[in-house]
Amino acid sequence: MLQYFQSYLRQPVTPGEAGNYLWATIYVLAVIIGVSLVVLTMNWGERKALAHMQIRLGPMRVGPHGLLQPIADAIKLLIKEDIVPAGADKPVFWLAPVAVVITAWTTLLVVPFGRTHAITDMNIGILFMLGTSSLGVMGIVMAGWSSNSHYPLLGSLRSSAQMVSYEVAMGLTVVSAILMTAMNDSGMYLRHAESANGLAGTLSMIGIVQAQATQGTWFVFKFFPLGLIAFGIFAVAMVAETNRAPFDLPEAESELVAGFHTEYSGFRWSLFMLAEYSGMVAVSSIAVTLWLGGWLRPFATVHGRRIEIPHYWQGGALDFASALLPALLFFGLALACFLAVARMPKLSVFRLQTVGLALFGALLGFVGVVLLAPPVRDRVQDVFWFGAKVAVFMYLYIWYRATFPRYRFDQLMRVGWKVLLPAGLAVLIATAVVGVVL
Amino acid sequence: MSMAVALLAAEAGAGQTMTPVATGFFFYLLSALAIISAILVITRRNPVHCALSLIVTLLSLASLFLMLYAPFVAGVQIMVYAGGIMVLFLFVIMLVNLERALKEEQFNKQWLAGVAVALGLGALFFVVYRNGQNLFPGTPLELPEAQNTQQIGLGLYQNYLLPFEIASLLLLVAIVGAVVMAKKRS
Repeated sequence: MLQYFQSYLRQPVTPGEAGNYLWATIYVLAVIIGVSLVVLTMNWGERKALAHMQIRLGPMRVGPHGLLQPIADAIKLLIKEDIVPAGADKPVFWLAPVAVVITAWTTLLVVPFGRTHAITDMNIGILFMLGTSSLGVMGIVMAGWSSNSHYPLLGSLRSSAQMVSYEVAMGLTVVSAILMTAMNDSGMYLRHAESANGLAGTLSMIGIVQAQATQGTWFVFKFFPLGLIAFGIFAVAMVAETNRAPFDLPEAESELVAGFHTEYSGFRWSLFMLAEYSGMVAVSSIAVTLWLGGWLRPFATVHGRRIEIPHYWQGGALDFASALLPALLFFGLALACFLAVARMPKLSVFRLQTVGLALFGALLGFVGVVLLAPPVRDRVQDVFWFGAKVAVFMYLYIWYRATFPRYRFDQLMRVGWKVLLPAGLAVLIATAVVGVVL
Repeated sequence: MSMAVALLAAEAGAGQTMTPVATGFFFYLLSALAIISAILVITRRNPVHCALSLIVTLLSLASLFLMLYAPFVAGVQIMVYAGGIMVLFLFVIMLVNLERALKEEQFNKQWLAGVAVALGLGALFFVVYRNGQNLFPGTPLELPEAQNTQQIGLGLYQNYLLPFEIASLLLLVAIVGAVVMAKKRS
């Protein structure tokens, strides 16, 4: 058993490529559970960050600093009464949240959390992600129409119009990034002779990150400022694609009550939330994969002076230092927990919380120790860097929501069609030309 | 650079070693799904239900393309038809007054013509199947999956450049026509 695990851990490919059903299943479960946990964490983090930006405290009651609030919310949603409106189209009403969640999770199938940490690698990875995420709008349309009510219908109309318009700009910038994969390290296109040897541009998510590794640059910095502009356009379009503030017109509460999910309650409503946040993770990982080097650490081409610590490590000092970061992060979190334990009021009502927080801190510290072990460390740092980059985007989503006022619908359309689309086209053409001329 | 070449070559090779699993099962499942949902498209009275069934049909066709080692075609099918065109379909259908459309009696019954066309097409398929056995290869061509996108690109931009450009010109004409029709008359 242990040997089986070890032999798998040495494989340099994803479970899908290896054709290993057991590991593929484990990875599917790990990704789905992991993303659901991220959604729970985001629930707490978003409310907390929003509250602090508005000089409030946010959730404070359930658990220390409201840490258990998402769990309490989840339980509340699960046991809430499930209402189906009398005039609703029952099968479609029932199917809509399911469709939304399925599409959001299917998208995660090809997300490359590391060279070996993806469920599978597809030759059409990025196309697959864009396609399935564009299917997500179908669920929203189904929800809005089947509710048989005016606000949801308006919300889903807005949603479909918005998604169709921003998908175009998004697709153009993605194409410009894919063009960059078809270049060699001096910035010229690979010739036909080279592409016959399997050297060619690629749509595979893992292939795109590997192209950035071989070209020695993240695509956001390639052909400065072309990569940066493309990335910027994508970063705007992806917020619109996920229906988040300032583009959250489909659920604009001041006009449409709650938009397309007005008639939903309880568990079905929570499925919509789950899908929305999973979708945010998915589009953020597209951005990270295409422009920010995926699982590559910053300055991945610089290794530093060679050091040799017997039995544990041989290689560049910088590689070593960055491999320690995940463990250090967990130690830092554990330390924060213990500090909070020390600052907890010494009252009998707080005893349970104090003990719980101390146990949680000990758990985090234990995870940190496990992450120090060389085989684990080597396998996990890819996931760490990918996760760190995605986390930046997730925080940006919260930040946007706290700072930007919502667009009006005509403004939204103007930004999409008259700013982002021409800019995306220009960047695409410029990238194509630069690859030939340089 | 040579390391990069080896790396990328290994990447391209990885796609070829993937072996399909339970081909028969998936083929019949997907075909049944496609046929049943296609029947639902024409039998359901509610246009939204029809559109949703059509999406299921398109998705199962995309999966069949995947089984034929054509991942790019499958991806484009999902993105363009299921994700793009069908959203616009639904967009329009939702704005139509459904209650009246449901009550309306369909007076131009064309089932006779429909049955005739279906029988003719079936007969054609049967003849092709009977006489074309030696025309088509018995086993599917072993094209490396990894090169599907590349092959399509080379085909479109080298051998069939002119037809491709003509087709895109046609689309441009359609777009211009739509703009002209939507423009306000002064």
